[in-house]
Amino acid sequence: MSAPVLPLASSPQRTPPPAGAAVVFEDVHLAFEDNEVLRGISFHLEHGETKVLFGVAGSGKSLILKLALGLLKPDSGRITVLGQDVTGTPEDGLFALRARIGMVFQESALFDSLSVRDNVAFRLMEEKDLPEEEVERRVREALRFVELEQTLDLDPAELSGGMRRRVAIARAIVTRPELLLYDSPTGGLDPVTSNTIIDLIVKQRDVYKTSSLLVTHRLQDAFTMATHQFDEKSNHMRALPKGTRCEVPLSFLILRDGHVIFDGDVHQLAHTDDTYIRNYVS
Amino acid sequence: MEYVSPIELAKEKILVVQDYTWLSIHSVANLFRKPLYMGDILQQADVIGVGSLPIVVLTGFFTGAVLALQAANTLQRFGSLSLVGQLVSLSMVRELGPVLTCLMVAGRNSSGMASELGSMAVTEQIDAMRALGTDPMKKLVTPRVVATVVMMFFLTIISDLVGLAGGSVVARFLLGLDVRQYWSNAWENLVYQDIVMGLTKPVLFGFVIATMGCYYGMTARGGTQGVGRATTQAVVAASVLILVLDFFVTRLLMALLSFR
Repeated sequence: MSAPVLPLASSPQRTPPPAGAAVVFEDVHLAFEDNEVLRGISFHLEHGETKVLFGVAGSGKSLILKLALGLLKPDSGRITVLGQDVTGTPEDGLFALRARIGMVFQESALFDSLSVRDNVAFRLMEEKDLPEEEVERRVREALRFVELEQTLDLDPAELSGGMRRRVAIARAIVTRPELLLYDSPTGGLDPVTSNTIIDLIVKQRDVYKTSSLLVTHRLQDAFTMATHQFDEKSNHMRALPKGTRCEVPLSFLILRDGHVIFDGDVHQLAHTDDTYIRNYVS
Repeated sequence: MEYVSPIELAKEKILVVQDYTWLSIHSVANLFRKPLYMGDILQQADVIGVGSLPIVVLTGFFTGAVLALQAANTLQRFGSLSLVGQLVSLSMVRELGPVLTCLMVAGRNSSGMASELGSMAVTEQIDAMRALGTDPMKKLVTPRVVATVVMMFFLTIISDLVGLAGGSVVARFLLGLDVRQYWSNAWENLVYQDIVMGLTKPVLFGFVIATMGCYYGMTARGGTQGVGRATTQAVVAASVLILVLDFFVTRLLMALLSFR
């Protein structure tokens, strides 16, 4: 039996989404046979904003990313991504939109028959009009961003889990997408490697200011993102002075039993009265 | 064991047929929509065509050889041993060349496609491809279908020739027949209809091999066990469908080509 749904800590559904939002979910429902995983999900992600999606395992966090990409279709509701209605567009019409989005999969999903270079260059190679030198330059630039330029000629099987995740980030950012979707980028990694990944995500957020949806079940990752900012001098993130906020808007969305039970920033999260969220956060 | 109602089972089967039909139609329709992945088609042609050559040659040679042996046994009773060439050539070109070659390639390549695409499906690589803005049907399925159809055509020709050569070796060394007589008997009795039938079949069977392998691969679920299951199903389904289709195609072509 599912636990009773707690009242919303904030009311994201009641505020109409801004016209120019990067991602808009409106009353999205999704069920697999008799199991309704998403029960009326509504939220929006503004341009340049980073939103962290929390929830226990099986709460449907990853499904939200797949729905945003159009890899899955909802049973009802409407999803708009970068101004395009994803729910009403057939598969053929979504490829152009997807080329504007970067996705980092939970297990990296690198093409194991291709080298690191070809994995990162995959999207660029599809754009046939790009000269080879330009492809090479951008692949190196993306790999340099994740500090893995030396792995160019290796196969994914030769990389560690953390390195694979970093190559997946390089593949996602190589086209300079307008929207980035991270599916548990630190899942299954040790704390040191997780920190490296979060460092890269913070770097991406602060340098390119790309709108991002990040799914995680690790609270410490989200709090690190909220309390740190990328420092160009050291090429790493550094803690923000107390009382200051990150320049790039960062918000949190918590799912429970298929519903959004919280959608707000770090201060609203810290001061919520909701017992479930307080227990979850503590 | 979980009980499944007959209606649910029927629905499931109809859904499989519907999905397979959809994949088959799209694999062909994609040929007329950009981009066409020529590099992938050539790579698959190398894997399927060149890679299958040793087994096709071996199968073809020994099929031709054993046909000659079996035919000789019967023909000798009627004093018509010299007709061995004709029997081998008609059997190889019309029936055994296409069917056996396709069955061998189905065992090798349907399974290969199902396991390769199945592994990609269960490790989210297919989803990653879609997420990167590339249609997996165009990038993965169409090149395999085109390459298999084209290569099956040529592999069958090779198999027929090697089979005739196998028959000639038996005719010369075990039956003591004249090789020139064997070849002229084999060649002169082949008519246009035999060639059309013999070369129509591998095109259709090649399509079945590739679409079955791709269908079971693309729809594989449930980790490594699911990939194993998809591989087995692809080979079984492709092999059975080839044999069933062979009967109907033979019947149809016989009617269409006004067979003697």
